[in-house]
Amino acid sequence: MPVTVKIPAPLRPLTANQGEVAVENAGTVGAALEELSRKYPGIKDKLLDDKGALRRYVNLFKNDEDVRHAQGLATGVKEGDRLTIVPAIAGGWS
Amino acid sequence: MTTAVILGMGGLGCPAALAISEERPDLRLVLVDPDRVDRSNLARQILFRDEDVGRPKAEVAARRLRNAEPRVQRFDEQSAPELLRDAEVLLDGTDDFATRFLANDQALARGVPLIHGAVLGWTGQLAIILPGRTACLRCLFEGPPPPGSMPTCAEAGVLAPLCGLIGATMGLATVQMLDEKKLFFFWGAPEPGVLYRWDARRGCERPLPLKRDPACAACAGAASYRERRS
Repeated sequence: MPVTVKIPAPLRPLTANQGEVAVENAGTVGAALEELSRKYPGIKDKLLDDKGALRRYVNLFKNDEDVRHAQGLATGVKEGDRLTIVPAIAGGWS
Repeated sequence: MTTAVILGMGGLGCPAALAISEERPDLRLVLVDPDRVDRSNLARQILFRDEDVGRPKAEVAARRLRNAEPRVQRFDEQSAPELLRDAEVLLDGTDDFATRFLANDQALARGVPLIHGAVLGWTGQLAIILPGRTACLRCLFEGPPPPGSMPTCAEAGVLAPLCGLIGATMGLATVQMLDEKKLFFFWGAPEPGVLYRWDARRGCERPLPLKRDPACAACAGAASYRERRS
Protein backbone atom coordinates (compact mmCIF):
# COMPACT_ATOMS: atom_id res chain seq x y z
CA MET A 1 0.00 0.00 0.00
CA PRO A 2 1.50 3.34 -0.99
CA VAL A 3 1.79 6.59 0.95
CA THR A 4 -1.05 9.02 0.31
CA VAL A 5 -0.23 12.70 -0.17
CA LYS A 6 -3.06 15.17 0.33
CA ILE A 7 -2.65 18.10 -2.06
CA PRO A 8 -4.05 21.51 -1.02
CA ALA A 9 -6.14 23.53 -3.46
CA PRO A 10 -3.43 26.08 -4.36
CA LEU A 11 -1.12 23.29 -5.55
CA ARG A 12 -3.66 21.17 -7.40
CA PRO A 13 -2.95 22.77 -10.77
CA LEU A 14 0.39 20.97 -10.50
CA THR A 15 -1.22 17.56 -9.88
CA ALA A 16 -3.80 17.64 -12.66
CA ASN A 17 -6.31 18.93 -10.09
CA GLN A 18 -6.04 15.80 -7.97
CA GLY A 19 -6.56 16.37 -4.27
CA GLU A 20 -4.99 13.10 -3.27
CA VAL A 21 -1.99 11.42 -4.86
CA ALA A 22 -0.43 8.04 -4.10
CA VAL A 23 3.35 7.68 -4.13
CA GLU A 24 5.36 4.56 -3.49
CA ASN A 25 6.74 4.25 -0.02
CA ALA A 26 10.08 6.03 0.01
CA GLY A 27 11.12 5.65 3.61
CA THR A 28 11.10 9.31 4.61
CA VAL A 29 8.99 12.40 4.10
CA GLY A 30 11.72 13.93 1.94
CA ALA A 31 11.94 10.87 -0.28
CA ALA A 32 8.17 10.83 -0.64
CA LEU A 33 8.31 14.45 -1.82
CA GLU A 34 11.02 13.50 -4.32
CA GLU A 35 8.76 10.77 -5.64
CA LEU A 36 5.87 13.22 -5.78
CA SER A 37 8.04 15.65 -7.70
CA ARG A 38 9.01 12.97 -10.20
CA LYS A 39 5.35 12.34 -10.93
CA TYR A 40 4.39 16.01 -10.88
CA PRO A 41 7.28 18.28 -11.84
CA GLY A 42 7.18 21.71 -10.32
CA ILE A 43 5.55 20.86 -7.03
CA LYS A 44 8.88 20.45 -5.25
CA ASP A 45 9.75 24.09 -5.86
CA LYS A 46 6.56 25.09 -4.12
CA LEU A 47 7.36 23.02 -1.05
CA LEU A 48 11.13 23.26 -0.64
CA ASP A 49 13.51 26.21 -0.74
CA ASP A 50 16.86 26.47 -2.52
CA LYS A 51 18.56 24.60 0.31
CA GLY A 52 16.09 21.76 0.16
CA ALA A 53 14.35 22.72 3.40
CA LEU A 54 10.61 22.99 3.84
CA ARG A 55 9.50 26.50 2.97
CA ARG A 56 8.58 28.62 5.96
CA TYR A 57 4.99 29.09 4.80
CA VAL A 58 4.31 25.41 4.08
CA ASN A 59 3.85 22.66 6.59
CA LEU A 60 3.58 18.92 6.35
CA PHE A 61 1.77 16.53 8.61
CA LYS A 62 2.45 12.82 8.70
CA ASN A 63 -0.92 11.51 9.78
CA ASP A 64 -1.58 13.82 12.78
CA GLU A 65 2.04 14.74 13.40
CA ASP A 66 3.59 18.05 12.35
CA VAL A 67 6.89 16.93 10.79
CA ARG A 68 8.59 20.13 12.00
CA HIS A 69 8.19 18.71 15.49
CA ALA A 70 9.48 15.32 14.39
CA GLN A 71 12.57 14.91 12.20
CA GLY A 72 11.42 17.24 9.44
CA LEU A 73 12.02 15.81 5.98
CA ALA A 74 13.93 12.92 7.57
CA THR A 75 10.78 11.80 9.39
CA GLY A 76 10.15 8.19 8.56
CA VAL A 77 7.06 7.08 6.66
CA LYS A 78 5.64 3.66 6.11
CA GLU A 79 3.07 2.20 3.80
CA GLY A 80 -0.38 3.45 4.59
CA ASP A 81 0.81 6.74 6.08
CA ARG A 82 -0.88 9.94 5.00
CA LEU A 83 1.06 13.10 4.26
CA THR A 84 -0.96 16.32 4.35
CA ILE A 85 0.49 19.46 2.80
CA VAL A 86 -0.76 22.58 4.62
CA PRO A 87 0.16 25.91 3.03
CA ALA A 88 -0.59 29.27 4.60
CA ILE A 89 -3.73 30.74 3.02
CA ALA A 90 -4.97 34.25 3.56
CA GLY A 91 -8.26 34.73 1.78
CA GLY A 92 -11.40 36.13 3.34
CA TRP A 93 -11.38 39.87 3.13
CA SER A 94 -11.73 40.92 -0.46
CA MET B 1 -19.29 45.34 27.89
CA THR B 2 -17.51 42.37 26.35
CA THR B 3 -15.80 43.30 23.10
CA ALA B 4 -15.05 41.20 20.02
CA VAL B 5 -12.91 42.78 17.30
CA ILE B 6 -13.30 41.58 13.71
CA LEU B 7 -10.54 42.30 11.19
CA GLY B 8 -11.87 42.40 7.65
CA MET B 9 -15.55 42.83 6.85
CA GLY B 10 -15.35 40.62 3.79
CA GLY B 11 -16.44 37.11 2.93
CA LEU B 12 -15.61 35.85 6.44
CA GLY B 13 -16.17 38.95 8.54
CA CYS B 14 -19.73 39.50 7.33
CA PRO B 15 -21.17 36.07 8.24
CA ALA B 16 -19.13 35.94 11.44
CA ALA B 17 -20.38 39.35 12.57
CA LEU B 18 -23.98 38.50 11.69
CA ALA B 19 -23.82 35.20 13.60
CA ILE B 20 -22.28 36.80 16.69
CA SER B 21 -24.63 39.77 16.62
CA GLU B 22 -27.69 37.52 16.50
CA GLU B 23 -26.44 35.10 19.13
CA ARG B 24 -24.90 37.61 21.53
CA PRO B 25 -26.68 40.97 21.23
CA ASP B 26 -25.09 41.95 24.54
CA LEU B 27 -21.67 41.92 22.91
CA ARG B 28 -19.85 44.96 21.55
CA LEU B 29 -18.55 44.30 18.06
CA VAL B 30 -15.73 46.41 16.60
CA LEU B 31 -15.56 46.07 12.83
CA VAL B 32 -12.24 47.00 11.24
CA ASP B 33 -11.92 47.45 7.49
CA PRO B 34 -10.47 50.30 5.42
CA ASP B 35 -12.16 49.26 2.17
CA ARG B 36 -15.33 50.21 0.40
CA VAL B 37 -18.01 47.88 -0.95
CA ASP B 38 -17.40 46.76 -4.49
CA ARG B 39 -20.10 45.23 -6.66
CA SER B 40 -18.01 42.05 -6.99
CA ASN B 41 -18.25 41.59 -3.19
CA LEU B 42 -22.00 41.22 -3.03
CA ALA B 43 -22.28 37.47 -3.67
CA ARG B 44 -20.43 36.50 -0.48
CA GLN B 45 -20.38 39.60 1.70
CA ILE B 46 -23.88 39.15 2.94
CA LEU B 47 -24.28 42.37 4.91
CA PHE B 48 -24.00 44.50 1.77
CA ARG B 49 -26.57 45.36 -0.87
CA ASP B 50 -26.49 46.93 -4.26
CA GLU B 51 -27.05 50.45 -2.92
CA ASP B 52 -24.01 50.09 -0.61
CA VAL B 53 -21.49 49.98 -3.46
CA GLY B 54 -18.85 52.62 -2.86
CA ARG B 55 -19.57 53.00 0.86
CA PRO B 56 -17.14 51.97 3.63
CA LYS B 57 -17.69 48.32 4.50
CA ALA B 58 -17.26 48.79 8.24
CA GLU B 59 -19.85 51.58 8.37
CA VAL B 60 -22.43 49.72 6.29
CA ALA B 61 -21.96 46.52 8.29
CA ALA B 62 -22.22 48.36 11.62
CA ARG B 63 -25.52 49.91 10.57
CA ARG B 64 -26.97 46.47 9.84
CA LEU B 65 -25.92 44.90 13.14
CA ARG B 66 -26.68 45.36 16.80
CA ASN B 67 -24.02 46.92 19.03
CA ALA B 68 -21.43 47.21 16.29
CA GLU B 69 -18.95 50.04 15.91
CA PRO B 70 -17.13 50.76 12.64
CA ARG B 71 -13.42 51.45 12.32
CA VAL B 72 -12.66 52.50 8.75
CA GLN B 73 -8.94 51.94 9.07
CA ARG B 74 -6.16 49.44 8.57
CA PHE B 75 -4.99 47.10 11.28
CA ASP B 76 -1.31 47.80 11.69
CA GLU B 77 1.24 48.24 14.44
CA GLN B 78 0.09 51.81 15.04
CA SER B 79 -3.63 51.06 15.26
CA ALA B 80 -3.39 47.69 17.05
CA PRO B 81 -3.00 49.00 20.63
CA GLU B 82 -6.17 51.08 20.47
CA LEU B 83 -8.18 48.50 18.53
CA LEU B 84 -7.28 45.65 20.87
CA ARG B 85 -7.35 47.58 24.14
CA ASP B 86 -10.74 46.22 25.23
CA ALA B 87 -10.83 43.10 23.07
CA GLU B 88 -11.83 39.82 24.69
CA VAL B 89 -11.48 38.01 21.39
CA LEU B 90 -10.06 38.86 17.95
CA LEU B 91 -11.39 37.41 14.71
CA ASP B 92 -9.11 37.50 11.70
CA GLY B 93 -10.72 37.28 8.28
CA THR B 94 -8.21 39.40 6.38
CA ASP B 95 -6.81 38.76 2.96
CA ASP B 96 -3.08 39.35 3.22
CA PHE B 97 -0.42 37.40 5.00
CA ALA B 98 1.34 40.36 6.58
CA THR B 99 -1.84 41.41 8.40
CA ARG B 100 -2.54 37.84 9.46
CA PHE B 101 0.85 37.39 11.07
CA LEU B 102 0.61 40.83 12.64
CA ALA B 103 -2.80 39.94 14.08
CA ASN B 104 -1.29 36.76 15.51
CA ASP B 105 1.61 38.61 17.10
CA GLN B 106 -0.49 41.44 18.49
CA ALA B 107 -3.13 39.09 19.88
CA LEU B 108 -0.53 36.96 21.62
CA ALA B 109 1.35 39.94 23.03
CA ARG B 110 -1.90 41.21 24.57
CA GLY B 111 -3.28 37.86 25.68
CA VAL B 112 -6.28 38.12 23.36
CA PRO B 113 -7.66 34.82 22.00
CA LEU B 114 -7.52 34.73 18.20
CA ILE B 115 -10.02 33.07 15.87
CA HIS B 116 -8.18 32.50 12.61
CA GLY B 117 -10.27 31.83 9.52
CA ALA B 118 -9.21 31.69 5.88
CA VAL B 119 -10.63 30.60 2.54
CA LEU B 120 -9.12 30.12 -0.88
CA GLY B 121 -10.84 28.53 -3.84
CA TRP B 122 -12.65 25.42 -2.62
CA THR B 123 -10.80 25.22 0.69
CA GLY B 124 -11.10 26.87 4.06
CA GLN B 125 -9.52 26.57 7.46
CA LEU B 126 -10.06 27.68 11.01
CA ALA B 127 -8.07 27.61 14.22
CA ILE B 128 -8.64 28.93 17.73
CA ILE B 129 -5.44 30.26 19.24
CA LEU B 130 -5.19 30.78 22.99
CA PRO B 131 -2.14 32.90 23.85
CA GLY B 132 0.35 31.01 25.93
CA ARG B 133 -1.72 27.84 25.86
CA THR B 134 -2.02 26.59 22.29
CA ALA B 135 0.09 26.73 19.16
CA CYS B 136 -0.12 29.99 17.22
CA LEU B 137 0.09 30.82 13.53
CA ARG B 138 3.87 31.09 13.76
CA CYS B 139 4.09 27.65 15.38
CA LEU B 140 2.44 26.27 12.25
CA PHE B 141 4.19 28.50 9.70
CA GLU B 142 7.49 30.18 10.37
CA GLY B 143 6.43 33.28 8.51
CA PRO B 144 4.39 34.73 5.68
CA PRO B 145 5.13 33.73 2.10
CA PRO B 146 6.80 36.27 -0.16
CA PRO B 147 4.45 38.12 -2.50
CA GLY B 148 3.47 36.06 -5.52
CA SER B 149 4.45 32.70 -4.07
CA MET B 150 0.91 31.68 -3.12
CA PRO B 151 -2.26 32.57 -4.98
CA THR B 152 -4.56 35.20 -3.55
CA CYS B 153 -8.36 35.16 -3.55
CA ALA B 154 -8.28 37.44 -6.56
CA GLU B 155 -6.17 34.89 -8.44
CA ALA B 156 -7.65 31.60 -7.20
CA GLY B 157 -11.19 32.80 -6.56
CA VAL B 158 -13.24 32.01 -3.50
CA LEU B 159 -16.43 30.01 -3.15
CA ALA B 160 -19.14 32.20 -1.64
CA PRO B 161 -21.00 29.46 0.31
CA LEU B 162 -17.71 28.31 1.83
CA CYS B 163 -17.17 31.84 3.15
CA GLY B 164 -20.52 31.55 4.89
CA LEU B 165 -19.55 28.21 6.41
CA ILE B 166 -16.15 29.31 7.70
CA GLY B 167 -17.41 32.73 8.81
CA ALA B 168 -20.33 31.23 10.71
CA THR B 169 -17.97 28.75 12.36
CA MET B 170 -15.76 31.66 13.40
CA GLY B 171 -18.88 33.13 14.97
CA LEU B 172 -19.58 29.85 16.75
CA ALA B 173 -16.01 29.74 18.02
CA THR B 174 -16.40 33.28 19.36
CA VAL B 175 -19.60 32.46 21.20
CA GLN B 176 -17.89 29.40 22.58
CA MET B 177 -14.88 31.44 23.64
CA LEU B 178 -17.01 33.92 25.51
CA ASP B 179 -19.32 31.34 27.03
CA GLU B 180 -18.33 31.48 30.66
CA LYS B 181 -19.84 28.09 31.39
CA LYS B 182 -17.79 26.60 28.56
CA LEU B 183 -20.70 24.38 27.60
CA PHE B 184 -19.79 24.50 23.95
CA PHE B 185 -16.45 22.84 24.58
CA PHE B 186 -18.35 19.66 25.35
CA TRP B 187 -20.71 19.85 22.40
CA GLY B 188 -18.34 19.20 19.58
CA ALA B 189 -17.65 22.83 18.72
CA PRO B 190 -14.16 23.74 17.46
CA GLU B 191 -11.45 23.12 20.01
CA PRO B 192 -8.50 25.45 20.57
CA GLY B 193 -5.17 24.32 19.16
CA VAL B 194 -6.60 22.36 16.25
CA LEU B 195 -6.50 23.27 12.55
CA TYR B 196 -9.92 22.58 11.06
CA ARG B 197 -10.04 22.27 7.29
CA TRP B 198 -12.81 22.12 4.74
CA ASP B 199 -12.80 21.16 1.09
CA ALA B 200 -16.11 22.18 -0.44
CA ARG B 201 -15.92 19.26 -2.86
CA ARG B 202 -15.28 16.68 -0.15
CA GLY B 203 -16.74 18.09 3.04
CA CYS B 204 -14.84 18.38 6.27
CA GLU B 205 -11.21 17.26 6.17
CA ARG B 206 -9.44 15.55 9.04
CA PRO B 207 -8.64 18.13 11.78
CA LEU B 208 -4.93 18.47 12.51
CA PRO B 209 -3.72 18.94 16.09
CA LEU B 210 -1.25 21.82 16.34
CA LYS B 211 1.83 21.57 18.53
CA ARG B 212 3.44 24.57 20.15
CA ASP B 213 6.89 25.36 18.83
CA PRO B 214 9.25 25.82 21.80
CA ALA B 215 11.29 28.24 19.66
CA CYS B 216 8.30 30.39 18.65
CA ALA B 217 9.12 34.01 19.42
CA ALA B 218 5.46 35.08 19.36
CA CYS B 219 4.52 32.44 21.95
CA ALA B 220 7.54 33.33 24.07
CA GLY B 221 6.22 36.87 24.40
CA ALA B 222 2.59 35.88 24.83
CA ALA B 223 0.52 37.09 27.73
CA SER B 224 -1.78 34.42 29.08
CA TYR B 225 -5.37 35.30 28.33
CA ARG B 226 -6.50 33.78 31.62
CA GLU B 227 -4.09 35.99 33.53
CA ARG B 228 -5.36 38.96 31.60
CA ARG B 229 -8.96 38.21 32.53
CA SER B 230 -8.16 37.71 36.16
